Amino acid sequence: MIRLRKLARAASVLTTPLAPEDILSLFNPVFSARQLRGIVTKVVAETADSATIFFRPGRGWKAHQAGQWARIGVELDGVRHWRSYSLSAPAGQDPAITVTDVGAVSGVLVRDTRPGDVLFLAPPQGDFVLPEHPRPLLMLTAGSGITPVMSMVRTLVPHRPDADVVLIHSARTPQDSIFREELSELADQFPNFKVTHWFTGERGRVDFSSAAVLDELCPDWRHRAAYACGPEGFLDDAEALWSAEAAAAAAEGSAAGESHQPEGPFAADPINLIIERFTTSLAAGAGHDGGLVTFEASDREVEADGSTPLLDVGEDAGVLMPSGCRMGICHSCLTPLRAGHVRDLRTGEVHGEPGQLIQTCVSAAAGPVNLDI
Amino acid sequence: MAIVINHEAETTEDAVVPSAKTRRGALATSGSPLVRPPAAAHLSDEQVAELGRELDAIKDDILAKRGASDAAYIRRMIKIQRGLEISGRATLLVSRNKGAWIAGTTLLSLAKILENMEIGHNVLHGQWDWMRDPDIHSTTWEWDFVTPARAWQHTHNDLHHRWTNVVGKDNDVGYNLLRMDPQQEWKPFNLGNPLYNAILAPVFEWGIAIYDLELQDFKDGKKSKEALVKDLKALGVKALKQFTKDYAATPAVAMLTGSGKQALYGTLTANAVRNVWAHAVIFCGHFPEGTDTFTEEMVEGETRGDWYVRQMIGSANISGSKFMHLMTGNLSHQIEHHLFPDIPSNRYAEVAPKVQEICKRYGLPYTTGPIWKQVGSTWAKVFKLALPPKKA
Repeated sequence: MIRLRKLARAASVLTTPLAPEDILSLFNPVFSARQLRGIVTKVVAETADSATIFFRPGRGWKAHQAGQWARIGVELDGVRHWRSYSLSAPAGQDPAITVTDVGAVSGVLVRDTRPGDVLFLAPPQGDFVLPEHPRPLLMLTAGSGITPVMSMVRTLVPHRPDADVVLIHSARTPQDSIFREELSELADQFPNFKVTHWFTGERGRVDFSSAAVLDELCPDWRHRAAYACGPEGFLDDAEALWSAEAAAAAAEGSAAGESHQPEGPFAADPINLIIERFTTSLAAGAGHDGGLVTFEASDREVEADGSTPLLDVGEDAGVLMPSGCRMGICHSCLTPLRAGHVRDLRTGEVHGEPGQLIQTCVSAAAGPVNLDI
Repeated sequence: MAIVINHEAETTEDAVVPSAKTRRGALATSGSPLVRPPAAAHLSDEQVAELGRELDAIKDDILAKRGASDAAYIRRMIKIQRGLEISGRATLLVSRNKGAWIAGTTLLSLAKILENMEIGHNVLHGQWDWMRDPDIHSTTWEWDFVTPARAWQHTHNDLHHRWTNVVGKDNDVGYNLLRMDPQQEWKPFNLGNPLYNAILAPVFEWGIAIYDLELQDFKDGKKSKEALVKDLKALGVKALKQFTKDYAATPAVAMLTGSGKQALYGTLTANAVRNVWAHAVIFCGHFPEGTDTFTEEMVEGETRGDWYVRQMIGSANISGSKFMHLMTGNLSHQIEHHLFPDIPSNRYAEVAPKVQEICKRYGLPYTTGPIWKQVGSTWAKVFKLALPPKKA
């Protein structure tokens, strides 16, 4: 590797101002001096509106952990768009994303991706990953929320005889349920993996308002480390249930005179519920005024309203904005504020100190804003 | 050198966010400049505003159409250019053979011209920023030209395109070297006008590199020493890399086949060919007979419509074949480029007839002609303005 880099530096004497990779990209599109790319190797249709895309990444990619996600860049009518997708392939194997058609970008990925296409990539990240030490697990997933959990199940279940995993997966109908057959096969093959398919078309949404459903499907749920991934309402309900159980357990514990350890180390506890969100409500800017946004280094200025994330404002103006999850979680989009104030679109809070790093994906202009980009 | 110095402070609309830099160049929303240029003096404020709206509509139309086919165009250009570059350089490695020397030098000259004109100049204008591709972006691009991209963007995009042909504001009127407008005061130094221009053409890239240092601004105290040192360092690094590539590394590798000297002549020739061509094309942009220059009163109070008028009557096109347009980086559509510096260059040809029609309808000159005529016209001006103005 080091020798390769030396060689590249020597060759750049002849290619400057380009890098040798820029020339090599004439022959292999994965080469680039500036951006990580991957070549699509296989596309597998999962359901009517979802597909798994396998790809071979170029240099700079790092192997993913089960449950992580990666940013994928695709071009729509000549314009680069970035979105984050969970990797569904097990750890240790070539990466693959499973995408459900819910918008312009995912629609193009599901419908128009062919082997040989180039995807733009950012290395995998995220801390929705398996615990370091083996312990009983409960997975709660809804819709495309199965994707990161599928990677975990595939990593863990066939390879670890000591694994103990219960999965409750909710989908509208059997036809909409991604990975349904593979999950059922795994459950048949490995007794330490139990799966419940919950079809909301027949039974309605999984009811988390009380512990009744969980008590029935997974009686020892309070003693498991729980992972949840799905739409916002689903996760909010699960969080509320875990909090309520933790509060009840604490009250019981203190009534019995034990203040710390109410019911053993694995009692229901909000910390024992690890969640991965796909969407965040960004409505807090509605009705507020925006302002003139100046992208100083890029020499662009744009009039923005009070409800559009600065990330979108910049991208539409052709500024190379760093971006990631686009929902305020990953901090890939941090950009220094030079002057002015921004509104957090999740909470409505207005803040801004010169030099502060702003999450542009969840911040809108609150008056004139200058960004150092 | 007779350069009118303007000590007036920049407009300060940055009162809202005092600590931050606000972009300059805001145009008046209505009214007219103190003096409307003679070629447009027959137009009323309302007519100029209407002309502005018509041109805005042309731009909006292009922005709406811009998409995958444009992205494919620039990527194809870049591929072709890189193909020419490596095949030209590789051929020069065996240029002891005369045929190889001619082929290699030709390919490399074409590669350099394409790189500077159709790709570099236009990428650095931000014409392709909308693709959000970091490999083809005005903030990341570096070109095969001695002057660093960022330095050139400042003098070209910020100054020349904003102050187009305003004598005393736009230093591109003569590049601080030539007397290119009768408004510039004559000095005995200007007798050398044709000589300076003839020397400048084959080393044009070095001339631009020095020009971008803004030495006059430094002498006048408008540019700090720190800024100059920083620019000098950036230029030094860039120039060394460019020099090493063409005049040391390529001949050194060619020595393996005994073609070192020939390869050196090849790269020298390719750079000179590109320089002479770029110089010719760029001089055709604003200097041919029929283009106007402006005084500072003519920009004071300028509206968007007046700004458009100034760009049109201050620029000149070159007529010719598709290949000629490509080789000029579509600067043969200089008028359209100055109206809309950041629309993709492959779209200028389709805009041109609409702009020409507008000029005709509003009674404004639209200067164009074949390249030999336009080059001849600029040289005529270089000779004519070498001499002092005739006393009335």
